[in-house]
Amino acid sequence: MSTNQTILPPPFERFSVLKWLRDNLFQNWFSGVVTVVSLYVIFVTGRGILVWTLTQAKWQVITANIQLLMVGQYPSTQLWRIWILVGILGLLAGLSWGLWINQRPVATILMLLGPFLLVLFPGSTQARLQMAVVGVITVVGYLLGKFLPRFLKKPVIIAWAVYLPLAFIMVRGWSADSGPMPVVDTDVWGGLMLTSLIAAVGIILSYPLGVILAVGRMSRYPLMRAVSIVYIELIRSVPLISVFFMAQTMLPLFLPSNIDIDRVVRAMIAFTLFSAAYMAESVRGGLQAVPKGQHEAAAALGLSNFDSLRLVVFPQALKNILPILTASVIGDFRDTSLVMIVGLLDLLGIARVILAQPAFLGRHIEVYSFLAAIYWLISYIMSYIGQTIEAKVGLESKLN
Amino acid sequence: MVIQSDPHNPMIRFVDVHKWYGQFHALRGITMDIQKGETVVVFGPSGSGKSTFIRTINRLEEHQRGQIIVDGIELTHNVRNIERVRTETGMVFQSFNLFPHLTVLQNVVLAPTNVRKWKKKQAEEIAMQLLTRVGIPEQANKFPGQLSGGQQQRVAIARALAMQPKIMLFDEPTSALDPEMIKEVLDVMIGLAHSGMTMVVVTHEMGFARAVANRMYFFDQGTIIEEGTPEKIFNHPESDRTKLFLSQILEK
Repeated sequence: MSTNQTILPPPFERFSVLKWLRDNLFQNWFSGVVTVVSLYVIFVTGRGILVWTLTQAKWQVITANIQLLMVGQYPSTQLWRIWILVGILGLLAGLSWGLWINQRPVATILMLLGPFLLVLFPGSTQARLQMAVVGVITVVGYLLGKFLPRFLKKPVIIAWAVYLPLAFIMVRGWSADSGPMPVVDTDVWGGLMLTSLIAAVGIILSYPLGVILAVGRMSRYPLMRAVSIVYIELIRSVPLISVFFMAQTMLPLFLPSNIDIDRVVRAMIAFTLFSAAYMAESVRGGLQAVPKGQHEAAAALGLSNFDSLRLVVFPQALKNILPILTASVIGDFRDTSLVMIVGLLDLLGIARVILAQPAFLGRHIEVYSFLAAIYWLISYIMSYIGQTIEAKVGLESKLN
Repeated sequence: MVIQSDPHNPMIRFVDVHKWYGQFHALRGITMDIQKGETVVVFGPSGSGKSTFIRTINRLEEHQRGQIIVDGIELTHNVRNIERVRTETGMVFQSFNLFPHLTVLQNVVLAPTNVRKWKKKQAEEIAMQLLTRVGIPEQANKFPGQLSGGQQQRVAIARALAMQPKIMLFDEPTSALDPEMIKEVLDVMIGLAHSGMTMVVVTHEMGFARAVANRMYFFDQGTIIEEGTPEKIFNHPESDRTKLFLSQILEK
């Protein structure tokens, strides 16, 4: 051996379609059979679905009721408020995408095209125009976020924090009937709007509550621990439906008769309290996975218990539970459909109303496929965002 | 190196300290004074209580009987006193315990900015000086996981020093390191001892003890078996157990 060590490049293989096919699909006779059978099954089901969607399905049930599906019986004269909220949402989504998510070009193009695809949807000219405006706003937001990241990060975070309360005020209104924003009673809230509001409130509020419960459960103080444990175990041992029923029918029995909490608010409270118990257990798992030495090191530096939790233990726990967090956000979003059972007209509740219209009897498949598509789309977007965040912090953890 | 010995006001004072884990009697009446500027090495077999002993100094472990006074503050259930003692006491652990989600620089400035309430810029300047002192300023923006064990332990030392402590505690700082990395950590510790820092070091690195220790304590079964200068411990140990233990670890 010579002293002159040679550094070799890794072996390089030419890519060829035939070789790829052989390696991946036709490695031996068994994999060949599996490939052929799978292709056939995909072809048959895919053709069936396409033929039904394009030729047999009667989509008028959706197009005629699109407003009901989106906002329920919200008065048409006040719809402009919802449009403003959708516009702000588009702006914030675009900004955030440009600032943080913006990773794969294909996803970005799809996201920016999304609102414009909705314009193609048959509906009133006015609605389509407004949708186009939302699309333009979203693109503007994206471009701003992409090219001016330095000035925008903080304002965008603050704007997100303000968005939900703002949405509430705008949807509900505050003035008398003759004023600029007359109060719209929650009885007429519905559709995707109601679903989103309940999900957003539940997801956002259950998180801090879950953290408090998790810390309480691990606390040194027996009373705090006992309260947390009883709460978590009690809630986790009953189905969500029964919590909704409790909130709708039993809560008024306990409260003095002059206090009347709104039905929608009651559902939101019930939903938040329910998912907080699950959140608490996820957070506890994350906290317990952080090695004891981390807290000791923080304590040895003189950090208070609270600072140690806030600066050292919690950020690591949060990273541990990110995948669970994404899953539970998606789960929570879909679980909101149970409010239909207590009589709220969320997406699913509205669907039942539509199916009861004489003109559209028997159009179950169209309506439910449409709902499934909406649920899928929103869940997928949330999942994609979750994956992106995971990848971003995962980069650090891989280096660690 | 001048030790400002003041027998009435030692930096660390243990008076008949006892500690139990459940039924297990881990510390059995430890009495000891450590003066300002002294370097004290504690050694002994595993389970001898030496680690428990050093962890009671900043109350990572609670003692149940006796008195521990650090820099004039007695350690009791008083949380504020505990935090004061911990602020003045740096600790280096066997397993480094760096914060993996923060960069090296962020690890070092975390406590000064949050406990001492220094300005970020000032804390970062001091942190860079310390990282230079332990020999790794170029790693400041890496994450702990990207460093070797020896580098991590040096960051841990810098992190503890950033609080400008009066006392440094080392709990087997080189036991988790590969042999070729032990020296780089010991060199930093030797420099620190020469600078007049009060140090308590649990270690089996007898070369280190010989070089800088003012006194050594041999622990076994929760008690101090023997104490003395390195010269006395290495050359004229009194107890048979000390002799046996030393012969075992020096053989290696």
